[in-house]
Amino acid sequence: MNFGSLDLNTTWFILIGVLFTGYAMLDGFDLGVGALHLFAKTDEERRVMLNAIGPVWDGNEVWLVTGGGALFAAFPNVYATVFSGFYLAFVLLLVALIFRAVAIEFRSKKPMLWWRRMWDIGFSAGSILSSLLIGVAMGNIAWGIPLDERGEFAGTFLSLLGPYPLMLGVTTVALFMMHGAIYALMKTEGALHDRLRGWINNAIIFFIICYAVTTMATLLYVPHMATRVRANPWLFSIALVNMLAIANIPREIHLGRDWRAFLSSCVAMIALMGLFGLEMYPNLVLSNPAPLNSLNIHNAASSQKTLGIMLTIALIGVPVVLAYTASIYWIFRGKVKLDKMSY
Amino acid sequence: MNMDVLTLSRFQFALTAAIHYLYPPLSIGLGIVLVIIEAMWLKTGKPVYHQMARFWTKVFALTFAIGVATGIVMEFEFGTNWATYSRYVGDVFGSALAAEGIFAFFLESGFLAVLLFGWDKVGPKTHFFATCMVCLGAHFSAIWIVVANSWMQTPAGFHIVGEGLKARAEITDFWAMVFNPSSMDRLFHTLCGAWQAGAFLVISVSAWYLLKRRHEDFARASLRVGLSVGLAASLLQLVSGHISAQGVAKNQPVKLAAFEGLYATSSNTPLTLFGWVDEKNEKTFGPKIPSLLSFLAWTDTAKPVAGLRETAPDLKDRPPVNFTFQLFHVMVIVGFWMILISALGFLYFWHGSLFEKRWLLWLLVFSVLGPQIANQAGWFAAEVGRQPWIVQGLLRTSEGLSAVVKANTILAAILLFSAVYILLFAVFVYLLNDKIQHGPDDTDLVPSGKLALPERNNP
Repeated sequence: MNFGSLDLNTTWFILIGVLFTGYAMLDGFDLGVGALHLFAKTDEERRVMLNAIGPVWDGNEVWLVTGGGALFAAFPNVYATVFSGFYLAFVLLLVALIFRAVAIEFRSKKPMLWWRRMWDIGFSAGSILSSLLIGVAMGNIAWGIPLDERGEFAGTFLSLLGPYPLMLGVTTVALFMMHGAIYALMKTEGALHDRLRGWINNAIIFFIICYAVTTMATLLYVPHMATRVRANPWLFSIALVNMLAIANIPREIHLGRDWRAFLSSCVAMIALMGLFGLEMYPNLVLSNPAPLNSLNIHNAASSQKTLGIMLTIALIGVPVVLAYTASIYWIFRGKVKLDKMSY
Repeated sequence: MNMDVLTLSRFQFALTAAIHYLYPPLSIGLGIVLVIIEAMWLKTGKPVYHQMARFWTKVFALTFAIGVATGIVMEFEFGTNWATYSRYVGDVFGSALAAEGIFAFFLESGFLAVLLFGWDKVGPKTHFFATCMVCLGAHFSAIWIVVANSWMQTPAGFHIVGEGLKARAEITDFWAMVFNPSSMDRLFHTLCGAWQAGAFLVISVSAWYLLKRRHEDFARASLRVGLSVGLAASLLQLVSGHISAQGVAKNQPVKLAAFEGLYATSSNTPLTLFGWVDEKNEKTFGPKIPSLLSFLAWTDTAKPVAGLRETAPDLKDRPPVNFTFQLFHVMVIVGFWMILISALGFLYFWHGSLFEKRWLLWLLVFSVLGPQIANQAGWFAAEVGRQPWIVQGLLRTSEGLSAVVKANTILAAILLFSAVYILLFAVFVYLLNDKIQHGPDDTDLVPSGKLALPERNNP
């Protein structure tokens, strides 16, 4: 297909952003449910929580896999630099993702208490660690990582664990916990539903504290992540949408409109990712120090030909994916009922 | 440690890929079996097919979950351990991988939800549709990953841009890349192996039930499906193996010579049935059939097949010959063995006397290992046989590494992955055995959910 004068590099910057935002919105809630898993006390409650995400977590994780694949294809230099540079962090992320995936599958297969405890802990710890590492990776991308003139990572594993990235990691955990709690609220009823409302308040408070600290830290110590909004005040509207969406969550919960609360949480995530993308553009990985070595949408990209082919693939694939993903969420709408096929 | 980054990275990739590859072939093969079973159920309405669909779905779910969990590692590993390779091939290889995500993984995982949890939520036809989509998704993922790997074997549809460290492959013709000289042959070969893996699992479990005289109706019906698919796939595998090998002879003569332990080029090239390669003295010992290799490779008993001394005179251009030879021959021998036992099983089943032949039932119980051994040996032969290249003729494996990753970091990752994978494998075998011991549910003989009265079971 011929895309004329369309700026393919920018298009792919946006598409990669869309994939990772989709990942955050979808896998975010099942990671969050995992992070909250151990707060549920009885076996039945834990099973309800698991089955709330049961039919969909797998598809949600595919957003990460596809995001990784798209990054590989569209910006191979970024894929290579980040994945090899964050080697240990990614290995830990993989192990955490493996554990939580198989824990969901294995947990309810046997009745023994030790068995279920073991997988409960695996599921929860895996979910928390994955969320934390994803946030830390985002934090490092925002802060900037040392790159040499060939675009290779020049730091160490420990240098990735600076206070700002860690703060962003904790914020991500808090965000996913809140998001997951709202999702669980939509899928449950009865006593668990009422108790979840209590957790949500705590999760919202936890998130808002983290969010405020991170925002302040960003403005003070990472000023380059606010340059574009500072230069174009109308872009502040995105930040405003973000704040209003967050403020709307407790309101909707209070009014008992769980679905709208979830939607608000999604909007807040989209706005956050939007701001992140706006400030990063056209860079994909900031080099700090030596900003000249940064990887951007031009020096890290595949050829125009490949970007065009990939866009064709995306234009064919994405609408189909969205259509059946929506219908699957529709089939599994409503409150969770445990039956013999349940986890 | 005195092991280098190259050895460790190759070991890590081999370990994670080999363990991952225990599961997807089962998903692909069981996918086909599930489609057949559900189609039979829709057609005949016999409750035993419903019971079979339920039982094999549970087994499918188990293999699928671990397949996904171990598969994410593969997607990340190109970047973590092979960063230079990723930069070099990203333009070509990445697009196949991304296509896999968009076309295959979403399809598979999305409809898996309906397959596993949709029994009570959708009607039988919708459920059948979901099963078909999961099966199709599993096949799509095989298509794209085999296309990507085949491009590394026989690169096509690209040109090299830049020089030295900046050099990389860029696509010039997408369809030439997809239909590169080996991709369709190897896809066919891989899929046959996957169908065998699924079919022989079904055969094995069913034969075991028959030996133990448990769930006999279920076992007979499952065995019928399993043996049909197993025999068909094993025979097709013979055809596809032959076509693949002819492709290797033409496109990767060094690899073929290593498969066969062939050093000297001569007319009427013989085929070594099995044996041992003395790499130092460049000699291969074992029973040989004259002219057979020439015939198989070129359909011409006289035409010579090139040996390693001609195709790769420099030792550093050769793969480890004996290792490749053994892997290849294990695959071929196991392949013939599977044809033999599935044909025997099919024959006696058809004749009605299989259930008295306990020796054959026992052979069928252990036949589940056959496809797994052959699939592993085959992939190892394909990948080791391509060495020292990571992309045939373009990039050496030693040049594809991550520049910034240290040996002891990789070692730590290997230890971590090993521990996790050993645990996973143990749990997989334990749960699979548990499911098999438990057997199919007799309550499934009465369809539930939208198919009949809804029922609630206690946890």
